[in-house]
Amino acid sequence: MTTRYTFGGDEHLFVECSDEMSLEAFFKGLSMAKGVRESGIKGVTEICPANASFQIKFNPDIIKPDDILREVKAIEGAAEKAEPVIKTRIVEIPVFYNDPWTHETLMRFRERHQEPTGTDLDYAAKINDYSSVETFINAHSGSPWFVSMVGFVAGLPFMYQMVERQRQIEVPKYLRPRTDTPKLTVGHGGCFGCIYSVRGAGGYQMFGITPMPIFDASQSVSYLRDFMVFFRPGDIVKFKAIGREAYDQAVEDVDTGKFSPPIREVSFDLREYQKDIDGYNAKLEGMLYGH
Amino acid sequence: MAIKVLHHGLATTVQDLGRPGYFHLGIPVGGAMDRLAMRAANLLVGNDEGAAGLEAVFMGPKLEFTEDALVAVTGADMPAKVDGVVQPGWTAFKVKAGQVLSFDFLKSGARIYIAVSGGIDVPVALGSRSTYPIGALGGYKGRPLAPGDELPVGAGSLASEGRALAEEYRRKPGTPAALRVLPGLYWDRLTDEAKDNFFADEWKVAPEADRMGYRFRGGRKLSFVERKQPFGAGSDPSNIVDSCYPYGSIQVPGGTEPIILHRDAVSGGGYFMVGTVISADMDLIGQLQPHTPARFVKVTMEEALAARAERAGLLERLRASLN
Repeated sequence: MTTRYTFGGDEHLFVECSDEMSLEAFFKGLSMAKGVRESGIKGVTEICPANASFQIKFNPDIIKPDDILREVKAIEGAAEKAEPVIKTRIVEIPVFYNDPWTHETLMRFRERHQEPTGTDLDYAAKINDYSSVETFINAHSGSPWFVSMVGFVAGLPFMYQMVERQRQIEVPKYLRPRTDTPKLTVGHGGCFGCIYSVRGAGGYQMFGITPMPIFDASQSVSYLRDFMVFFRPGDIVKFKAIGREAYDQAVEDVDTGKFSPPIREVSFDLREYQKDIDGYNAKLEGMLYGH
Repeated sequence: MAIKVLHHGLATTVQDLGRPGYFHLGIPVGGAMDRLAMRAANLLVGNDEGAAGLEAVFMGPKLEFTEDALVAVTGADMPAKVDGVVQPGWTAFKVKAGQVLSFDFLKSGARIYIAVSGGIDVPVALGSRSTYPIGALGGYKGRPLAPGDELPVGAGSLASEGRALAEEYRRKPGTPAALRVLPGLYWDRLTDEAKDNFFADEWKVAPEADRMGYRFRGGRKLSFVERKQPFGAGSDPSNIVDSCYPYGSIQVPGGTEPIILHRDAVSGGGYFMVGTVISADMDLIGQLQPHTPARFVKVTMEEALAARAERAGLLERLRASLN
């Protein structure tokens, strides 16, 4: 894992911790981003963590590009030695898989897809060697996911599946991006899952929809009153498959302010996780459901 | 005091100098695409540079004023008219209660900035009045203007009409437009031949050009250095593990059509970037029309910083000239 530094014009320093995705690369980026924030380097205006990289926006009238490069490089060593442990939270997100709205949309854009017959779920199950859509959904909702980046559009989480690499779901993006995706679609592209926070263009395969808003500019949703964006990098997500009835009920509960997602504070230790992934996940799930 | 929207033009939005600080959550800075023009319009009518005004692209709106106000229009060359009488650009003029501000056809450039004494007084969202339509955030109800909207206006100052800015502040794209680029980011994914072609070829602004990004066509397809794609990056050679995108960064999906991300940029994604348009040339992109020929000009960091200092100097002179 070699860290690469490069400038994005005269206002951005771009730091790539690894060219391939891994939780190690994510943790290194997160740790370095934290180090930059805590060191209070003058002229830094924004720090954006991403999956295996991060970006710093700076004001070159205040700090010269060479100087910020030197200061950030100096942080790398300490960040590498930092304990890969974060205090975070685990949240349960209900998903109505194979729902009518993403189904209608995927049919509308079928000519842009790898497989003109069948659905995105059929295709993803097949190329990931699952015997049926049902077993694929079981795998998708069976393990937790790590939010490794928030962005693209407002509040959209990129999620990394917490299983061994050979078990991770991988799918290509649409051949040509769609011009429409229903709000709150649960999608997947490359090795990343996502939830579309707003309606709009998109290229990820569509698996289902959640009734739980994750971005609300009006801040009227009860759990988004303090801040309009739900997710933060480092959050852990556990999907729960629900049917139409539970979906409709949840939508109604959101509208009446009664919906509150199950959330627990947890500490995540990358080394412990790597020693026994399934065991560690079971423990996390135990904390989420309080048993 | 209010402004009634009789016609919205093509896409007219409330903008100021943007909302920095939320890109890490996917919310872009937004704000005027041509920031110097926005600042100038505000200064001409006695506002703070960061007051909210209107940005209109390609076609002007039709606005009725309920009270007297001082107005200035900067940016593109699109003559303003008050009850049909043409007003000079980059100059403060009066609009009386009941009068209608409308616009002639666009002559050059792409975006005008309309400042009104007192500023457009929509609620501040995350520190800015800029409109971010995708997130329904800021501006007037989080969206571009529509007929029937009534825009609140703040209390104006006592700036006098007739103040004008000299030609030197009115920046226009050349033919072809020259956009200075600092190579970097994933530049080394390209073959030497592609690196040369990128700067040698003449490109054209594509119709897909908006506040999120400007697409270009017409140059040769870029070829990639061969590699085994890293895990998580996706199968196309132009794919990377999804990363942040700098403002002004140039991504080239599939190696075919460069896209420069602008003020309403998506904050990240999975396409490699060849470099970044320097900060001094970002305003200029906002004044490019579709089909405009354009060239990318390779610069060093030193040249980028010198160009930035030159723009800062111009802004200082602009401020001083109105004092």
